[in-house]
Amino acid sequence: MSYPETYRYTKEHEWVHLENGIATVGITDHAQSELGDIVYVDLPKPGATVQTGQSFGSVESVKAVSDIYAPVAGEVIAANDDLATAPEKLNEDPHGAAWLIRVKVADGTDLGNLMNAADYESYIGAEH
Amino acid sequence: MIRKVRQHLSQNESLIFERSSPGKIGYQLPDLDVPAVDAAAALGAASVRAEIEGFPEVSEVEVIRHFTRLSTWNYAIDLGMYPLGSCTMKYNPRINEAVARIEGLAWAHPYQPESLSQGAMEVIGRLEAALCEITGLDAVTLQPAAGAHGELTGILLVRAALEARGNPRKKILVPDSAHGTNPATAGIAGYSVQNVASNDQGMIDIEHLAGLVDDDVAALMVTNPNTLGVFESNIAQAAEILHSKGAMIYMDGANMNALVGVARPGDFGVDVMHINLHKTFSTPHGGGGPGGGPVAVAKHLEPYLPVPRLKRMKDALAWDFDRPGSIGKVKAFYGNFGVMVRALAYILAHGGPGLRNATVDAVLNANYIRHKLRDFFDLPYDRPNMHEVVFSDDRQAAKGVRTGDIAKRLIDYGFHPYTVSFPLIVHGALMIEPTETESKDELDLFIDAMISIAKEVDEQPETLKNAPHMTRTRRVDEVTAARKPILRWK
Repeated sequence: MSYPETYRYTKEHEWVHLENGIATVGITDHAQSELGDIVYVDLPKPGATVQTGQSFGSVESVKAVSDIYAPVAGEVIAANDDLATAPEKLNEDPHGAAWLIRVKVADGTDLGNLMNAADYESYIGAEH
Repeated sequence: MIRKVRQHLSQNESLIFERSSPGKIGYQLPDLDVPAVDAAAALGAASVRAEIEGFPEVSEVEVIRHFTRLSTWNYAIDLGMYPLGSCTMKYNPRINEAVARIEGLAWAHPYQPESLSQGAMEVIGRLEAALCEITGLDAVTLQPAAGAHGELTGILLVRAALEARGNPRKKILVPDSAHGTNPATAGIAGYSVQNVASNDQGMIDIEHLAGLVDDDVAALMVTNPNTLGVFESNIAQAAEILHSKGAMIYMDGANMNALVGVARPGDFGVDVMHINLHKTFSTPHGGGGPGGGPVAVAKHLEPYLPVPRLKRMKDALAWDFDRPGSIGKVKAFYGNFGVMVRALAYILAHGGPGLRNATVDAVLNANYIRHKLRDFFDLPYDRPNMHEVVFSDDRQAAKGVRTGDIAKRLIDYGFHPYTVSFPLIVHGALMIEPTETESKDELDLFIDAMISIAKEVDEQPETLKNAPHMTRTRRVDEVTAARKPILRWK
């Protein structure tokens, strides 16, 4: 699976896509493949606030429960409810339909310290 | 030729509900010889229950056979090696059981007056003293019912002590090789968790730690030896760094089986720790308990220990409830008393030199396995280990075989699987802890099984991907079971 050029990536394997002040956050294809079959996703409710670098939820696979860290700060305006009944979507389409939350970020939010697709791909290449 | 520890019985067993046939009963009662009473009229309709729908109707012998057959399906330490890493599945010596059945201990009641409970209180007092000596700490509470309960008690003690100083602080540091319960404990106790990275030797990176410790840090929670089976040799230095900033060091004592009689956490700067009686001290483990998670503390945390505390008066033992600094009770009565009796029996039956010997053998056994299997499985942290050893499935993964497949194949060889995919910092971990229980013969049988499986991976990897083959139920669909669990028969 390819890593979209318009997304930015964290070392903890989340992606973020910023458009018109709304950041959509998910986990990467590499993350879902490392976790294995995902069986449960725990997400915040709309209205919650998330802080950069802080855990905002968790993803549970048959192997382990892993925290998910917010790449941006702001107010959660939507959480992907589909994942509650169909967590397998996170294995099938992690960069698309299985986004996790949408966050309203402050003006001037800068993703410059995150990796672009090429950097992320070499980062996960070096991990192994 | 596969050498097997034991043969599997392969008959399956239907559910008790499926054995039911209408009208069958397992008892006989005489006819009513008094006038019948309408329960609804006497007690009110709300107090009368309806028949339980679908309750199995079976005879006595059918019930006995059903549950006796099911009981033979258990895999247990009494049947063979149980190399579940980080769990310390060791033999439960029968002397423990004999002592726990002494009438005055087995039938002691928690509401018995103190004057009639002196023997039971003496058991508690002596176990506290023995655990103080083993940990090198100053006081012990035996109340917590298990390890994670002990962790929470320990961190609440830290919080109480810091609050008494005026500031409970905000953060708990947890290494990335920690037990999963550690961050959970910190969260429940109201702290936020910050990860501490491991260095390339699988130990806490001391420089990274020093950079993280500030006035917001309440404590470091460290498992020692850690989940890689590596002793944190910089532990005294880590304690110094924390203490210099007014923070404390909590030790998860789940791996205490590698230290008893050889090293004392109190001597290397630990302020508070828990001990698992059901791991290190040979009380039964698994099956949901009961367990025992005593917490040992340094002097400065003693005022906060749970009530009541055992007090030695001039000629009797008494319970002291007058402890204004105490965090309160963490368990009904005094903890799981039967577990304490067994742990004390184990300690006294071994004596100091015997306990030390058990530790040395546990470490030797794990190192023997590492040495014998290193040519067949990848060793990400290749250094002498303590009581357990962690391999990765890197070599087997090239053939599409993962740690979970190897573990399931091990069942066909008659062993309980090792711990799979943990710790998380090792990719595809195989975590093996033999304990001191196993003889060289049994270890060799296990090693032969693992080597045979490694060869199967090269020659016939498909065998592993569908394993186990010799069990009543073949490989279960763990994913669907977790995603769409069926929790009722109908």
